[in-house]
Amino acid sequence: MMPAARIRTHRAITPWLFLLPGLGVIGAFSLYPFVTTVGRAFTDARTLSPGHWVGLRNFQDIWQDEEFWTALGNSTLYVVLVVPFTVLLPLLLALLVQGRLPGIGFFRSAFYLPVVASMVVVALIWEWMLDDRGLVNGILRLLGGGRVDFLGDAWLLLLSAMALTVWKGLGYYMVVYLAALANVPHELHEAAAMDGAGALRRFLSVTLPALRPTMVLVAALSSVSAFKVFSEVYLLAGPNGGPAGRDTTLVMLVQRTGTGLGGRTGYASALSLVVFVIALLLMLLVLRANREEDR
Amino acid sequence: MVMRVMRKALRYLLLLAVLALTIGPFLWQLSTSFKGTTEDIYTSPPRLLPRHPTLHNYTAVADIIPVWHYALNSLKVALASVVTNLAGASMAGYALARLRFRGRRVAMLAFLLALLVPLESIVIAQFTMMRELGINNTLTAVVLPGAVGSLNVLLMRNAFAALPMEVEEAAVIDGANAWQRFARIALPSVRGTLAVVAIFAFMGAWDDFLWPLIVLSDSDHFTLTVGLNFLHGTFQQNPRLVAAGTVIAVAPLVVLFACLQRYFFRGVGEGAVKS
Repeated sequence: MMPAARIRTHRAITPWLFLLPGLGVIGAFSLYPFVTTVGRAFTDARTLSPGHWVGLRNFQDIWQDEEFWTALGNSTLYVVLVVPFTVLLPLLLALLVQGRLPGIGFFRSAFYLPVVASMVVVALIWEWMLDDRGLVNGILRLLGGGRVDFLGDAWLLLLSAMALTVWKGLGYYMVVYLAALANVPHELHEAAAMDGAGALRRFLSVTLPALRPTMVLVAALSSVSAFKVFSEVYLLAGPNGGPAGRDTTLVMLVQRTGTGLGGRTGYASALSLVVFVIALLLMLLVLRANREEDR
Repeated sequence: MVMRVMRKALRYLLLLAVLALTIGPFLWQLSTSFKGTTEDIYTSPPRLLPRHPTLHNYTAVADIIPVWHYALNSLKVALASVVTNLAGASMAGYALARLRFRGRRVAMLAFLLALLVPLESIVIAQFTMMRELGINNTLTAVVLPGAVGSLNVLLMRNAFAALPMEVEEAAVIDGANAWQRFARIALPSVRGTLAVVAIFAFMGAWDDFLWPLIVLSDSDHFTLTVGLNFLHGTFQQNPRLVAAGTVIAVAPLVVLFACLQRYFFRGVGEGAVKS
């Protein structure tokens, strides 16, 4: 790995003292809770009682739980509809702001602003814009369109939340792509230009292949985070998940069933485990799809 | 020549269009927050500039929820998170990069595994744990789970590993112990990465919603994000007040970002590529 001093430079206990705060925090608040989540998933624990071992009953209940299938459907749909946009739009944006142009630094920073703001803040901003009588409907009316009830209809609400997710992530993934674009060898472009390749042709045969690993990374990161979506849907749809709860996502379901004084922590733990496993599989699937294409 | 000018103009046009999409919503919110109670906010066509700009909404929102108190709570949580992350991540990162000992691989593996566990899957367990410890519903409980982020540990480790070894070797010969080498030689050389860790710790804590929402039940301890959620639940009918609240919540980060933007960009580059 890296060079290390050959002579003895510290006491045996010293490295562990250095590691103590870090290992303590992640041990106590990440790894240990994960272990207890697995354990609790097989009990009927509630907020105020540790519960008893019930075997696989929670998972059987999940299978029969209509809310679970609704939530799974919503979270899956979220991945399917959000990820293509978070892979492509930021890439186009990065191409637009790369290179030198007077004032380009300002545009880059401005495009990043939504990333800096809290999801709560931007969700409230969007809620006001998408209001019955808000900005978007005002503009639609100017253009001669009718009023759209974005937040009253379960489907439109979910689509609005998705648009919000894509919008908020634009700047973040743009910067990821900018870092990758800076690494595309200049010589390749020049060679292709000499061979008479136009801008589009050079993009397709030089830039795009060089960016593929980054696109896969963005796809993997954004599918996992889209699958675990919580804040934007919770804030736009409300704690109960919109009209008749039809906009509930998986993490919203975990939060709703597991918290509060009557929280079914055992059942919520089992749900958490299901979310974890699916998210992990999703990540592996994206990474693997990439490897298959290589052949 | 004409082609080039046209292409440049087209590019600026596109840039301005995207600018309207990304910044527009924030400006609209800012504008709404300055519109007085007598001004119609539902006009068609929509008016961006308030007719009689007023700060009334900022005082009014403080009458409904203790918004400054919540901002103070958020600030406490964010600053605590910056301090613990700087200390914990740099110490652990230094040990992983610079000290030789048995079990280093295991320690490294622990941080990598922690990176894989999604927060969303363990919030219920974390909440149960805080309740058992009797510290649920406190700001301490809000800070603890994110006190030392494993991604920050790995960032610090990489920064220390990239430093040349010679200076430290000279210090060893001069009789400096590990703590002295860490504090006097290694730390000052990784100030850039420390800044990245500090900024992302601050932003993460200030913006966090799911965890404080779950662990805090007493409105006196709400952070700003949870307080805003509460405000929007109760007083949805007055968008001016919600707008004022969101401006209060986003302003500090906009200032921070404007002053330190190169670290924000560096953080995304390093974090995304290495995670």
